Amino acid sequence: MPKTHVETTINGEPQEFLCEPSESLLAALRDGLGLTGTKEGCTTGDCGACSVMLDGRLVPSCMVLAPEAIGRSIETIEGVAQGDSLHPLQQKFLEHAALQCGVCTPGFIVAAKALLERNPDPSEEETRYWLAGNLCRCTGYDKIIRAVLDAAAEMREATA
Amino acid sequence: MLSIRYEAPASVGEAVALLDADEGAKVIAGGTDLLVQYRSGLREPTAFVDVKRIPDLMEISIDADGLVLGAATPAAEVFENTEIRQLWPGVAEATDLIGSTQIQGRATLGGNLCNSSPAADTVPALIAVGAQAVIAGPSGERELAVEDFVTGPGQNVLGRGEFLVKLRVPRPGPRTSDAYLRLIPRTEMDIAVVGAGVALTLDEGGTCTAARVAIGAVAPTALLVPDAAAALVGSSVDDAALAGAAQAASAAASPIDDKRGTVAYRRKVTGVLTQRAAAIAAERARER
Ligand SMILES: Cc1cc2nc3c(=O)[nH]c(=O)nc-3n(C[C@H](O)[C@H](O)[C@H](O)COP(=O)(O)OP(=O)(O)OC[C@H]3O[C@@H](n4cnc5c(N)ncnc54)[C@H](O)[C@@H]3O)c2cc1C
Ligand code: FES
Ligand code: FES
Repeated sequence: MPKTHVETTINGEPQEFLCEPSESLLAALRDGLGLTGTKEGCTTGDCGACSVMLDGRLVPSCMVLAPEAIGRSIETIEGVAQGDSLHPLQQKFLEHAALQCGVCTPGFIVAAKALLERNPDPSEEETRYWLAGNLCRCTGYDKIIRAVLDAAAEMREATA
Repeated sequence: MLSIRYEAPASVGEAVALLDADEGAKVIAGGTDLLVQYRSGLREPTAFVDVKRIPDLMEISIDADGLVLGAATPAAEVFENTEIRQLWPGVAEATDLIGSTQIQGRATLGGNLCNSSPAADTVPALIAVGAQAVIAGPSGERELAVEDFVTGPGQNVLGRGEFLVKLRVPRPGPRTSDAYLRLIPRTEMDIAVVGAGVALTLDEGGTCTAARVAIGAVAPTALLVPDAAAALVGSSVDDAALAGAAQAASAAASPIDDKRGTVAYRRKVTGVLTQRAAAIAAERARER
């Protein structure tokens, strides 16, 4: 069966892989490239665990075909920390204990980062709506929202 | 199992040729309907034809005639466009209702229309503003009104080798605006129980001179309801006219009973949402 050869950019680095044409980008990232930070929850677009950035837009990678990545630029949770230094969102998730099992966390962080890039000072309501497609079965959300708002405040201070 | 092909044509002509040559090929825009259907075994295409590399399909342009909206532009890009939000607030709010932020990064208005679900949120909004669908096919291009596009649940006018290239929305004149409302049991991430889109024009004295009312999720396809529009035209969009529009919309609905709502409930809510959407559209029209 012919596989499709995909050349793409992931977290700023050129990458290539082979995939089935009908495979999802999520499966290609996890199984093909070993980038298992991006999580699989539902594979039906409902949970947000598989969130990645595709050409600068937040998308569910389970709703993207792997060959669509050809020539595009993808950012995953693996690209969020700078070497050993955590992104403020990651740091705040730890400080606020905004995770329990952690399966939803990469999706929340990628989605929250996309929010803060567009709106450095979101209200609680804006934050809750933006993240409405990220489901968490453990935390009850409040700690996640607090972590995001706290990270936003810290990032604003750092750039002020 | 034969491997499914992935094709990414660079032009409208190439896409038509691919679709015409293979009846089992399916267009993929955002994939938020198609991939869910494919993975659940509902659809088994022979090829995915990704139309997002065709410039016409990704175009958003606004001029004196109105809006040209490439069929594959993601919902997020449509909603982020401040000019679209100002000129067609009802279309924008319907677009913003689709799924989550993530889904809106993928889902398209073209896909919403071509999937042809009776509950598709943007369809009544597009019908209300008089949107036209531009279709390309083996015998060239044709254009038809959005209300004539969907022919039944999951069915539409597209023939072999045909696909949707873009939507055209006429520019609203003075004191013209629109609104879309839907009912779902919660605030996010659900399928419409009822949807209602209204566009209307007021004269300088505040009398309604033109109106279009469309309802969704309460019949096999979204419906244009001329009787509801007639109830508004000639009035100042006062309570009596709104009640008349509500009654006409309820009468036009032929909903089904399901877990989301009963026939009687949906019929009632159709009127309520029509009335509220008309009041919002009128308020917006007064401000324009
Ligand atoms: C979690 C979730 C929440 C959702 N919430 C909503 C909601 O609130 N409201 C709502 O209305 N919908 C909702 N949807 C459904 C879906 O997101 C929308 O219908 C969306 O607009 C489909 O667009 P798409 O680009 O993803 O379509 P695709 O899945 O790419 O395509 C849908 C169908 O249309 C065909 N098609 C697509 N583009 C073209 C074209 N240009 N020419 C010809 N055929 C074409 C495809 O072959 C396929 O049959 C939701 C879906 C999910 C997964
Ligand atoms: S795995 Fe993609 S949205 Fe749930
Ligand atoms: S921490 Fe377990 S799902 Fe969110």
